[in-house]
Amino acid sequence: MFQVRIHGRGGQGVVTAAEILSVAAFDEGRHAQAFPSFGSERTGAPVVSFCRIDDREIRTHEPVMEPDAVIIQDVTLIHQVDLFSGLSPDGYVLINTSRGFSELGFGNFFNEYRSERLMTCPATDIALEQIGRPFPNAALLGGFAALTGEITLAAIDKAVREHFVGSVGERNAAAAATAFDYVTSKAGEVARASTN
Amino acid sequence: MLRQIEGSRAIAETVALCRPEVVCAYPISPQTHIIEAVGAMVKAGTLAPCEFINVESEFAAMSVAIGASATGARAYTATASQGLLFMMEAVYNAAGLGLPIVMTLANRAIGAPINIWNDHSDAMAVRDSGWIQLFAESNQEAADLHVQAFLLAEELSVPVMVCVDGFILTHAVEGIDLLEQSFVDSFLPPYEPRQVLDTKAPVSIGAMVGPEAFEEVRYLAHLRQLDALERIPEIAQEFFEATGRESGGLVRPYRIEDAEVIVVAMGSVLGTLKDTVDERRNAGELVGVLGVTSFRPFPSEAVRNALANASQVVVLEKAFSIGAGGVLSTDIAIAMHRDETILRTVVAGLGGRAITRRSLEKVLEDASHNQLAPLTFLDLDHEAVDRERARMQATRRSGPSAENLLRDRNTVSQGAKE
Repeated sequence: MFQVRIHGRGGQGVVTAAEILSVAAFDEGRHAQAFPSFGSERTGAPVVSFCRIDDREIRTHEPVMEPDAVIIQDVTLIHQVDLFSGLSPDGYVLINTSRGFSELGFGNFFNEYRSERLMTCPATDIALEQIGRPFPNAALLGGFAALTGEITLAAIDKAVREHFVGSVGERNAAAAATAFDYVTSKAGEVARASTN
Repeated sequence: MLRQIEGSRAIAETVALCRPEVVCAYPISPQTHIIEAVGAMVKAGTLAPCEFINVESEFAAMSVAIGASATGARAYTATASQGLLFMMEAVYNAAGLGLPIVMTLANRAIGAPINIWNDHSDAMAVRDSGWIQLFAESNQEAADLHVQAFLLAEELSVPVMVCVDGFILTHAVEGIDLLEQSFVDSFLPPYEPRQVLDTKAPVSIGAMVGPEAFEEVRYLAHLRQLDALERIPEIAQEFFEATGRESGGLVRPYRIEDAEVIVVAMGSVLGTLKDTVDERRNAGELVGVLGVTSFRPFPSEAVRNALANASQVVVLEKAFSIGAGGVLSTDIAIAMHRDETILRTVVAGLGGRAITRRSLEKVLEDASHNQLAPLTFLDLDHEAVDRERARMQATRRSGPSAENLLRDRNTVSQGAKE
């Protein structure tokens, strides 16, 4: 089972992101479960959503306590909320920011983690460019596909277009593709740097 | 067709397949998505003929459902928590009159303190009302149970409540196999009322009944619930034969054949429990799970048979009777009537507190070592409780406990970070 936890703020499409990811996994013939953290919904308040992906039926209904990947939609949360609780040293982190991972002030926190699995992506910038509005979730799902390989970009593309109809779907799908390329090329740089 | 959709959406579409003629509801979380979706289908004309009635309260919602059902219409509504309490008088009336209304209860805690999250307090508050109460383990079962509920309700002239864990199921997006219209039409025949307000053959429904017949009327309602004990497994079997899905029935055993410890529970926690049991089994512990699907009527015989060989029974409940203890536990104890079996109650998941596999593992481990107290509150912060008790001891005007505990938790968590 692959478990994802998405942190963001009310209004950023945190719950939608988990849902789209689950639909993409479902379309690839896998079992998936997406659900919100069930808080009172307020714009700007910290929000958490979850997605599980597995090759067998998912029976559990507990919140994701030990995620394999954490997606941070809003970088201002990093010193306010316990974002990485339960994340194993093999886990993936994808943070929406134009800064690099090492510039975020985590200090030694991620020393035990695999650096090639820690990634930032300017998803809001990409969204503003492609969609014209600051909704980073589709872009982050593209980035997630590139970072983890847990889902294909094609499946994300299809699920995004199903969720957002018409031109909004087109533009969100373009944002996902741009972020996918961004993360793919950045991951290549990290890999080359570690072999050199 | 198998689709990746929200539980509420699957329930709404399945309710629509049942062709309700009158739907009335008042919005309340976490039920709202269901009723919104049904309303949208009526407005779009995809659910027709059907009248969707916006009402001014839950009391009105159930009253309209009663009126509609009494005229022979198939009536549906949904609610949760305080909404159910607000319609309480009409809930009893629907059952007392024998009107086969189907209602989804998106289970949610009852205030005060106000809390929108899941537990089973609302369902327990109406357990004696005369409604049949079926608990869904998964979203697949939640959807499927609605078809079985209409069939059962209309055959027996008893209202049926489908209890679905609020948020945990209603707001979860999962792969759910929705039924075909042709199947539902063949499974669920048109409603043929036993009593109907008809100007061509006038009757009065809802007469005042004095001591001369009241007990008999109540006893007849009890007999109809006993009839339901026969019909519920039959309907589940017919459903299984047609769909291949094990939805409904009285109880659902899991790995209990040789189990020494059996955990009894209702609703969505069963999935997490099954995963936990698999893990403990791998570690060599003989543990199993018994899901109770039909809470009313209570399947005493099926429960007794399932628990006959267990040395210990742990009832995991998302509600409790304050000042007494477990609610489901009481029914289980009466059903078992065995002194040699250890019976333990674990109250868990109140007001939406997550029931984690880690905590369930501890319950099973403690049970296996016979270290569970008769009544345990899972993951209770005893120190926070002790601090509030100390504040109450120290000063008369200690203030509202709910607010004190919130303040206490923030202080503690900030302290831990520093």
